[in-house]
Amino acid sequence: MPKYIALTFTADVDWTDPQYAHEMKDWTEFGEAAEAVIRGGDALYPTATATTVRVDGGKGGDVITSDGPYAETKEALTGFYLLECADLDEAVRWAAKIPAAWTGAVEVRPVIDFGP
Amino acid sequence: MEAGDAVATLVREEGTRVLATLVRVTGSIDLAEDATQDAVVRALEAWPRDGVPANPRGWLTVTAKRRAIDLIRRESRRPEKEAAAMGLLDSAPEPPEVVRDDLLRLVFTCCHPSLSTEAQVALALRTLGGLSTAEVARGLLVTEATMTRRLSRAKQKIAQARIPYRVPPAEELPDRLAGVAATVYLIFNEGYAAGTGPDLVRVALTAEAIRVARLLLSLMPDEPTVLGLLALLLLQDSRRSARIDAAGRLVLLPDQDRSRWDVTLIKEGVELVGTGLRRTPERPDAYVVQAAIAACHALAPSYDATDWDSVISWYDVLLRIHDTGVIRLNRGVAVAERDGPAAGLSVVDAIDGLDRYPWWHGVRAELLHRLGRTADAREAYERALALDLNAPQSEHLRRRMAALDG
Repeated sequence: MPKYIALTFTADVDWTDPQYAHEMKDWTEFGEAAEAVIRGGDALYPTATATTVRVDGGKGGDVITSDGPYAETKEALTGFYLLECADLDEAVRWAAKIPAAWTGAVEVRPVIDFGP
Repeated sequence: MEAGDAVATLVREEGTRVLATLVRVTGSIDLAEDATQDAVVRALEAWPRDGVPANPRGWLTVTAKRRAIDLIRRESRRPEKEAAAMGLLDSAPEPPEVVRDDLLRLVFTCCHPSLSTEAQVALALRTLGGLSTAEVARGLLVTEATMTRRLSRAKQKIAQARIPYRVPPAEELPDRLAGVAATVYLIFNEGYAAGTGPDLVRVALTAEAIRVARLLLSLMPDEPTVLGLLALLLLQDSRRSARIDAAGRLVLLPDQDRSRWDVTLIKEGVELVGTGLRRTPERPDAYVVQAAIAACHALAPSYDATDWDSVISWYDVLLRIHDTGVIRLNRGVAVAERDGPAAGLSVVDAIDGLDRYPWWHGVRAELLHRLGRTADAREAYERALALDLNAPQSEHLRRRMAALDG
């Protein structure tokens, strides 16, 4: 069965902050409802904790790290799920149940299966 | 010559069905296209010479399946197994209901909402319309290389993201069907906008859209959206030859020579509207209602004799289903015809968000002109002309603006 990653874009919040505890209920609910298809996933700390790494001058070149996320956007990547679904329609049906779908957006991408 | 044309038409019609079946059995649009194309070429060679076989579709399907096996053999190390797994070695003919479902699957896959509108239009023309990539490119005014890339990206997305080859379940069908109809309507408008211009490939897109809409109706004879879509296309197409005058200039509805309207298309369109309305007594479908409005115009002996009460009440129904600024604008035009330019202008002025839409300014200009407010009318024409219009449209507005001085 193909796998899809569902990247959740929401306000750039700290999920560990108690003020988001009530929102967590929706996420837990999704986690339980989608248990059969979830193969992994996590919430992320805010983009302030992000470090972007580049190597300048090709492989083996200078490592350049910069503060912040790769892309500055209004809504930030704040978590992901790995879903195993029969096809894109099923993945989209599940993605629509992720709370980020109504507080922000969910990007669904097929995961490459390089085989055994 | 005529026999050759009949064969070409038959091959094209059946080719779409054979392609749909091959996509299902091979699971690959690319492979199915190559195999079907080969079968089509062979048929075009053999049939005019040897006669059309008793079961043309069966002949094409078997030929295409054999070709698919050859292609798999060439690319794969385990050919027999794969071909067997795909059921390609089974040459039993597909029953008609399976072929019907295959075509529906193809329709819904090509018009899947996760594909861009551009990709949907291109795929629909290529697979459902059976146009070549070069023809699709010319129709949509892009280079062949661009179209080749667009089609291959779309097919790649279908394969990689696993867009299912499936008819959507009942609860998703209305939304998905609306998407299919929107794509077909867009194809029609591409051709309609080209008018009777020199680029016949573009103009032929109207015929393509009608062909696909007829195909949809044969597959889903009870769906109001499909009935309404085909009705709307036929009724709009019935006015095509009256829309452009001998000098290639745009002629709008009030000034069209109604004797040039195609009565056969009008009759069929009006009948479809009736059927569509009977199927949706409580909440009419948006396409059926738009077709009903087109029917009001089609049945009016002259512009002045149009039944504006009916037109306006259909617009009211339409706004309840689908409230957009452009629909409000069209309703405003009908109000102006019934109740005079001042009443129309107050409806049109009350519409928000059409500042970038040239015809909002164009309609305002026309109504201001009728009210004798020449300076305001001129300003409105100028604002319309500053926006995005094709050549016949801006020529039309310039002519109207020149009439302000007359």
